[in-house]
Amino acid sequence: MKQVKTLEDLQKIREEALRKVNIRSDRAGTRITVGMATCGIAAGARPVMMAILDELEKRNVSGVTVVETGCIGLCKFEPIVEVYVPGHEKVTYIKMDPDKARQVVVEHVINGHPIREWTLESAELE
Amino acid sequence: MALYVLDLAQNSVVAGARNIVIDIAADVKADELLIRITDDGKGMGPDLLEKVMDPFFTSRKERRFGLGIPFFKDLVEQCGGTLTIESKEGEGTTIEGRLKLSSVDLIPLGDMGSTIVSLLVSNPELNLTYRFSFDDYSFTFDAVQIREVLQGVSITEPSVLNWIKEYVNQGSIEILPNINTSRKEGAKKDYEAG
Repeated sequence: MKQVKTLEDLQKIREEALRKVNIRSDRAGTRITVGMATCGIAAGARPVMMAILDELEKRNVSGVTVVETGCIGLCKFEPIVEVYVPGHEKVTYIKMDPDKARQVVVEHVINGHPIREWTLESAELE
Repeated sequence: MALYVLDLAQNSVVAGARNIVIDIAADVKADELLIRITDDGKGMGPDLLEKVMDPFFTSRKERRFGLGIPFFKDLVEQCGGTLTIESKEGEGTTIEGRLKLSSVDLIPLGDMGSTIVSLLVSNPELNLTYRFSFDDYSFTFDAVQIREVLQGVSITEPSVLNWIKEYVNQGSIEILPNINTSRKEGAKKDYEAG
């Protein structure tokens, strides 16, 4: 049976999050942006964002900010996810789905290896 | 339905709203489903208000069309309902759809939890209230209350956002008539227990 969520659970989450704040994160400043205008939403951006949040939590990753943005004028490539790691060039992933998004979190954000074949750059080269 | 709500509420965010209230109210006796989004964004003057139903109009610069409101208008009308938009420049906007709950074209409520999370993730200071009611059952999510509990921790912490998603979904009941009865009882019990 699914566990009922209460405000007491939230209090526990807060305590755990405060504990994590004191642990230095080598991923501080990393930013994941998901396009969430009408085009992004229609193409499935919302489950993509939820998969990213879920994967970050599952893998206990701290220091990564997830944000959403409006339309950047590339509607046919939605859902679009941008990953910015300090000191590296921003990588734009196109036509994402929740599974791909989870892999980006693991391979790019955690292991530091962008998945080139899913990027806008590789689509433009084709 | 949750995706339509997200799209409309995103307009409020773009309009600079600090306070957004989302109301979803199902009334079986009145055969009505109310969906209302109220914001205190920059609002619209009469000229702009006239154009918002036109899919080939947008106030944004990245593309030449704006589909959010026209999509919602189509849905409301398909479900035998009416759409009204009230807006005042500098004060805010209220967009309200009243749909027939018995309409065969009515779509499921969907994942409201993810919609609320999507709105908060980039706008952690947003005063977002989501009120859901189904006859005598009601549920309220208030971001201000959540932030009070979270003191010192951002509402955008992934574990917090995942909790919000489940909390909101547990409080919302499916609105389609054929599948609401058992979920309604279950959600009511969960909410009372929580």
